[in-house]
Amino acid sequence: MRYSIWSLINQALTGNRNWTPVWREPEPKSHYDIVIVGGGGHGLATAFYLASRYGMKNIAVLEKGWIGSGNIGRNTTIVRSNYLLDGNEPFYEQSLQLWEGLEQDINYNAMMSQRGIINLYHSDAQRDSYVRRGNAMRLHGADAELLNQDQLRSLCPFLDYENARFPIMGGLLQKRAGTARHDAVAWGYARAADQRGVDIIQNCDVTDFLIKDGVCTGVETSKGTIRAGKIGVAVAGSTSRVMAKAGLRLPIESHVLQAFVTEGLKPVIPGVITFGAGHFYISQSDKGGLVFGGDIDGYNSYAQRGNLPVFEDVCEGGMAIMPMIGRARMLRNWGGIMDMSMDGSPIIDKTPIDHLYLNAGWCYGGFKATPASGLCFAHLLARDEPHKVATKLRLDRFRRGAMLDERGAGAQPNLH
Amino acid sequence: MIINHPHLGPRDASEFTILGDASLINRPDWQAGDADDAFYTYQYLRDNPAGLHRELWFHEQGDRSWLVVTRDTITHAVIEVALASDVAKAAKAKTTQKTATKKTAVKKNANTLAQT
Repeated sequence: MRYSIWSLINQALTGNRNWTPVWREPEPKSHYDIVIVGGGGHGLATAFYLASRYGMKNIAVLEKGWIGSGNIGRNTTIVRSNYLLDGNEPFYEQSLQLWEGLEQDINYNAMMSQRGIINLYHSDAQRDSYVRRGNAMRLHGADAELLNQDQLRSLCPFLDYENARFPIMGGLLQKRAGTARHDAVAWGYARAADQRGVDIIQNCDVTDFLIKDGVCTGVETSKGTIRAGKIGVAVAGSTSRVMAKAGLRLPIESHVLQAFVTEGLKPVIPGVITFGAGHFYISQSDKGGLVFGGDIDGYNSYAQRGNLPVFEDVCEGGMAIMPMIGRARMLRNWGGIMDMSMDGSPIIDKTPIDHLYLNAGWCYGGFKATPASGLCFAHLLARDEPHKVATKLRLDRFRRGAMLDERGAGAQPNLH
Repeated sequence: MIINHPHLGPRDASEFTILGDASLINRPDWQAGDADDAFYTYQYLRDNPAGLHRELWFHEQGDRSWLVVTRDTITHAVIEVALASDVAKAAKAKTTQKTATKKTAVKKNANTLAQT
């Protein structure tokens, strides 16, 4: 069923009795041309672009839990392309462009809202570095605007401009950035992929890889053996433990990142705002809750929950830039497991094992990358060569010393 | 998380900073023939287990000692805490012992050769 205003009116007039399931629930076949391990945002997007842009057929997505149960349903929904490095910025800008046309591509309302992101700066030196970042963005076709304090005051009068420790001097604005409804992105990609014949198999745990003479020929799963021409793995925080089954050790550590939501408030925060002197980012959901987060906890974790010191640190960051939120009551907080890479940038590449491909290392920036990650991984799987915006996102870059270290923190995953 | 410091007793984890996997104690020999590979593995590759994980914590807000903490990454339970210096010394003693046994073995071989 194609969604449109007419289908909506039609359903409304017939008592909403004729809606059909959003995707099928097929039993797995014994062989596929391409199997994607991991039915998160990236895996589903990969399947969608393989089917829609690369004309591939006979594809399956294997998901251990249910669609939308992982990080795609646990993030703070921010979409942006304000990166600095040559290897990163074209990729994220490609992603933002895909976001802009996403709802038409997948015929699904992902509530994509380009309400802008402002990175605050608090010193002359930081302003200079934001000028550099903004120029880098514009060189790659993205938009960036430097705001001085007066311009920022007119947009966000509620910020604590006279903060004694970190006075707010202005910000770097990307107007095309914004937020999207995170689980609608998963459902939309799943539905669109399913309509193009992709089998989405939920509750299907991959227990082993079938590897013979350095060639991967399929996977063992809780629903039986599935053979495949090519296998792509996109399992975010579980990357190390899944790839260990194929005998690979990776430049990745799994860490927990927490996120927070307050009670619903009237519209108070116009877009996404980030603190430049600490680590704090905030936006307001369409339901009115303030959605915010900060640093990862810093220790290896697979627990999907964090500890209180980070809770405190994040709230202090919020109070430093916008004291008005101090009386909002926190409703929920949760944690997700991030595949932190050694340089803070992702990996979309072949592995040393033939026909086994890897999509990982998204740190805590995976959501915004969903469309481009899917597109580039689909390109790699279909053509056996990297997409032109993902040529630097290679697995062997650590050995070659060709790091993509946006933050300049070195091989220290908990500092990226 | 509470880390049971060998000298100072139970301390809150917020007094510490974490460096990472305890394998970082075993810095490879930079003069070895395979130093390139060894340093790549040492610096970048991680086991990243779901379960027991040995890791290096630094008591930054306390006595500034380095600890090897064995922690469960699924439950965050701290299982065992030891001074990193003790762990490193024990590891060194083990390797010297191994080389010593190897040397005696070589000597023995030499003796047998001499005898024949």
